[in-house]
Amino acid sequence: MFNDIGLILPELVLFLGAMGLLMLGAFSSKDATRTVDFGAIILLLVAAVLSLTQSQNGYATAFNGAFVVDGFAALMKALTFVATAIAILMSRDFMAREKLARFEFSVLLVLAATGMGMMISANDLIALYMGIELQSLALYVVAAINRDSLRSTESGLKYFVLGALSSGLLLYGASLIYGFSGSIEFAEIAKAFQPVDGQLPIAMTIGLVFLIAGLAFKISAVPFHMWTPDVYEGAPTAVTAFFAAAPKLAGMAIFLRVMLTAFPDAIIAWQQIIIFVSFASMLLGAFAAIGQQNIKRLMAYSSIGHMGFALVGFAAGTQDGVSGVILYMTLYAIMTLGTFACILSMRREGGMVERIDNLAGLSQTRPFMAACLAIMMFSLAGIPPMAGFFGKLFVFRAAIDAGLYGLSILGVLSSVVGAYYYLRIVKIMYIDAPSEDDYQPMPRELSIMAGVMAGFALLFFVYPAPLIELSNGAAAALLNGAGTDVVTGLLSRP
Amino acid sequence: MTDWPILSTITFLPLLGALFIMLVRGDEATVANNSRAVALWTTVVTLLLSIFMITQFDGSTADFQFVERVSWLGGGIDYAMGVDGISVLFVLLTTALMPICILASWTSISHRVREYMIAFLVLETLMIGVFCAMDLVLFYLFFEGGLIPMFLIIGVWGGARRIYASFKFFLYTLIGSVLMLLAILAMYWQADTTFIPDLNKIGFDANMQTWLWLAFFASFAVKMPMWPVHTWLPDAHVEAPTAGSVILAGVLLKMGGYGFLRFSLPMFPIASDMFSPMVFALSAIAIVYTSLVAFAQEDMKKLIAYSSVAHMGFVTMGLFTATVQGVQGAVFQMLSHGWISGALFLCVGVIYDRMHTREIAAYGGLVNRMPVYAAVFLLFTMANVGLPGTSGFVGEFLTIIGAFQVSTWTALFAASGVIFSAVYALSLYRRVSLGRIEHEGLEQISDMNRREIFIIAPLIVATILFGVWPMPILDVTASSVDALVSNYQEALAAHYSGLSGY
Repeated sequence: MFNDIGLILPELVLFLGAMGLLMLGAFSSKDATRTVDFGAIILLLVAAVLSLTQSQNGYATAFNGAFVVDGFAALMKALTFVATAIAILMSRDFMAREKLARFEFSVLLVLAATGMGMMISANDLIALYMGIELQSLALYVVAAINRDSLRSTESGLKYFVLGALSSGLLLYGASLIYGFSGSIEFAEIAKAFQPVDGQLPIAMTIGLVFLIAGLAFKISAVPFHMWTPDVYEGAPTAVTAFFAAAPKLAGMAIFLRVMLTAFPDAIIAWQQIIIFVSFASMLLGAFAAIGQQNIKRLMAYSSIGHMGFALVGFAAGTQDGVSGVILYMTLYAIMTLGTFACILSMRREGGMVERIDNLAGLSQTRPFMAACLAIMMFSLAGIPPMAGFFGKLFVFRAAIDAGLYGLSILGVLSSVVGAYYYLRIVKIMYIDAPSEDDYQPMPRELSIMAGVMAGFALLFFVYPAPLIELSNGAAAALLNGAGTDVVTGLLSRP
Repeated sequence: MTDWPILSTITFLPLLGALFIMLVRGDEATVANNSRAVALWTTVVTLLLSIFMITQFDGSTADFQFVERVSWLGGGIDYAMGVDGISVLFVLLTTALMPICILASWTSISHRVREYMIAFLVLETLMIGVFCAMDLVLFYLFFEGGLIPMFLIIGVWGGARRIYASFKFFLYTLIGSVLMLLAILAMYWQADTTFIPDLNKIGFDANMQTWLWLAFFASFAVKMPMWPVHTWLPDAHVEAPTAGSVILAGVLLKMGGYGFLRFSLPMFPIASDMFSPMVFALSAIAIVYTSLVAFAQEDMKKLIAYSSVAHMGFVTMGLFTATVQGVQGAVFQMLSHGWISGALFLCVGVIYDRMHTREIAAYGGLVNRMPVYAAVFLLFTMANVGLPGTSGFVGEFLTIIGAFQVSTWTALFAASGVIFSAVYALSLYRRVSLGRIEHEGLEQISDMNRREIFIIAPLIVATILFGVWPMPILDVTASSVDALVSNYQEALAAHYSGLSGY
């Protein structure tokens, strides 16, 4: 029992801490928002450190195998928590100026992080569902946190309705899988879901498809992406910054875990679905973003495209592929947070501006912000030597190894199409003439975050080895953990 | 001495200069002046270092020299730098053209000087890196990275249609390169490394070579540029500022030819042999067709851009003959075109700075007011045509000899292209320099000033010196080219004897 509690320590810290902060906020006599924000950041960082220390223990499960802690979970959780902490940090100035500063925001984000931690460590279908729901409920609320704004409430509602639908799909798939395999544990499902004479049990395959639909919704992959642009645009920008990074990391992590530990032998069934989803996401992300005028909406399509690229590594289904996905998602989170640090600084006299045209001539009025954003754009476009290039390099490396030539070719070509709209932003900032009214100065924490993220994206190539080794280690932990030696054997097929 | 990473120093020194420029503080005029000075000194020191390197270079071996190798991405992808007889001269070409570019932009670039100099220094680092990289992924990184500063140089400091030109340049080049990236990854899985000397030894199977060759071809043919994917070049050249055009014609185009030489020929000999008729056909078309197109141009820069395409046709033709003369000629042609076309763009820049138009019809009779300019322009026009005694002749002559051994028809078309080049180049010269001054404004035009003469003087020396005495260049490249050609022929012989053995 104590052992179990030791394993859920990061989530426990977050959960109890969130409760404590809630009490503090509710009962303190004066406005406690800043204290609560600060406490939430500390809590998340502590949880991240705790989570990393757990990876030394190797593979361990708690609560009769419902909850798993391994190197993969440790890394992904730490990244998710840090991404959440950065999102809170970046939101403070924005929330204060938009008169949205409420202590509930940070508490909800900590609760969402708890849910994400549970998701990443889920080792059976119930734990998976609980984690996803805990996360999602918190997200629905923060999307609508600007309750006086029509667009914000609309986006919250839209997110909720579609999210509930996807949870329903996921639950339906889970029940089919349980019904035919007789177990909710991933390892048991893996044993039950074996091809017989090259054929997979059909009902379970249907369950698998539903499960993938539910998970694809969480990472906003095509064709389950429809909510993304509206929610990104409607939610307050600080919330969008959070949505774009941490939940995507967690969603991709659990997606990987479910497919590779519960359905390793069904790769022939899910690989083609992932290939399609990946291909469709890359293409839609590339083409739909071209016409966008609102930068948040553009980032929504960009994130759809990036999920497609990450899924290229996933589709490979190999350890290299998983490692590539982890690296890609890490770099993606960094680039996204850096980009949003700049978007959050797009503030003029009358308030926030969101049109891409508003960036005209930024290189002359705000050279630092323009340089950061330009680095992010080149990095998102995958142009070397920026960090984004290495993400693409590693996922495509895995895909080529797995023989996915068609997907790779379409992928790199859509990255060229995508480069167009990223370049367009650089062009607007560097080539167009500045408009008259000037931006307000960048808030200090935003300029620090933008500078750090841009510096990372720019200089990643100098010493990329640590992050690559971490990703490799996490991927190995995921694939070799649960006594699934067969899996590795099967997956590393030529 | 041997431990000192001289190539990395040369490569990253300009970056250091760029960092330094970022730190410059003061009012606008001070920043501009200091940026210019720092950029100039950085490029000059880089040039001196690379001259020092070439004095240490041993031309008698085909091996890579000054090799540095440090673990980088893991899994056989290393940071590896080194030069051989082929690449060392391109490094020198790059470092030599850079101070000229900085000086050429001294007065013509007056707004956002700091950013301009930073872009040029970053570009220099990336260009030198391309020629020094001994690892394919590292090569790709430098190769693609060069797009970013060039995009900004054309886009920010270019002419009226600069946005169109910069996007076209970027996207055209990118679309070719991404396919090469996939080919690089496929090669990686065959060889478990991307170290170039190891890849040379692998011997990919013939079917795979075909696909890999095509993917590399997609990238280098665009970069070169070969007909029919050359259309980005006239746009980019016309819109780029003078120094941008010089670098574009002088160095960036050479990356395509260098890529063929470094990768396509040694790594995919069977596919190169198989596709060589296609390359010959495209080269012959490029030489004849773009010469004719050049003749029809009304814009000086566009004319020179099309003539570059034609000259690059000689390079591709020479390379794929896979004869010692052909390849030597191609390398020589690339280098010589580097300074001749650079000089021609500088010549256009000289009168553009005065009259702010590139329209050929707006000039005429310049010889009356600008005797020095007319003489210099004449020299480079003749060098562009390939007059014996200028360096332009040596490359064209050698490539045609090489082509003659392999394909007489190609040699015939290529040789006729020389005549066409005389047609457009001489007609350009006549319309710009000869006759009487008829346009208003030209009466007051002043001759080249001392700075302009000083900039162009080294190029004059190079054109004439290597025109009459090409041996220094040919000696440096000889052992590497010999090794390349003999390996290529051996690989082919082994392949075909293997086939007949079945």
